[in-house]
Amino acid sequence: MQIEAIRPSRFGFHRFAAPSEFYRLAGRLVPWFASAAVLLAAFGLYLGFFVAPTDFQQGEVYRIIFIHVPASWMAMFIYAVMAFWAGLGIAFNTRMSSMWACAMAPTGALMAFLALWTGALWGRPTWGAYWVWDARMTSTLILLFLYIGFIALHGAIEDPRRADRAAGVLAVVGVVNLPIIYFSVQWWNTLHQGASISLTRAPSMAATMLEAMFVMMFAFWSYAIAASLSRARAILLEREKRSAWVQAVIG
Amino acid sequence: MHWSSWSAFWAMGGSASYVWGAYGMVAVAFAAEIALLRARWKRAREVARRGAEWSGSAGQP
Repeated sequence: MQIEAIRPSRFGFHRFAAPSEFYRLAGRLVPWFASAAVLLAAFGLYLGFFVAPTDFQQGEVYRIIFIHVPASWMAMFIYAVMAFWAGLGIAFNTRMSSMWACAMAPTGALMAFLALWTGALWGRPTWGAYWVWDARMTSTLILLFLYIGFIALHGAIEDPRRADRAAGVLAVVGVVNLPIIYFSVQWWNTLHQGASISLTRAPSMAATMLEAMFVMMFAFWSYAIAASLSRARAILLEREKRSAWVQAVIG
Repeated sequence: MHWSSWSAFWAMGGSASYVWGAYGMVAVAFAAEIALLRARWKRAREVARRGAEWSGSAGQP
């Protein structure tokens, strides 16, 4: 295949949809997002452990919130973005979109696992149980299984384009789980507490706690972007290993 | 700053195992993912390079 045949226009964002351009751009962006993640995490941890006060009800154990909430949000957010790209891949048969979805799935699965793990270690001292079959926890567990299902299904099908399609359908169907997770604390009488932050009410947290949580949120965000971009680069090399541009890049 | 000492900090008001168990797992998980990503990228490069040597003509599908 001659890459020149599909030479992208010099201007306009869509030229990054060309694999070689994307590979180069991603390679340049990863160190920036990785550094941002490290700096934000350092600042967020400083705020979370040295500025935010002790909680008057929970004592120190509440500090798990600074990783629990970012991990949980990222698990849901990454799933939504992954399903978007997977859906786009099915609808328009664009292979880069499906590669994007594949690049995000493992990081999303990791976030879902961390949400459950940190939640369990927070639940034990505050509720007296590592795990209960509460609506929010159960739906987050289903989210983890959806990620694992997506990865396993994609891995089980030899032909990458067919794998994109099959796993993409699973990803898109699984989107119904997202509002269930989000609204579970309102729809059912859950042990899990309701949202501490809402658009309509003042947050039920001290300002410094909130700041620490948001900084950690951005740290997780940067980390997830860096990890997904790195994985997308590896997937590109794997899938297009015989193309001219890969041979030029690794040469 | 509200910790009287470093040992008070590490004790986390008696919740050390929960707090550090949660933070520790996040650190381990991220470190593992970064290591796996690096290994996967290196492997992909190696496979692509070897593929080029075998076929003898880079760029042919």
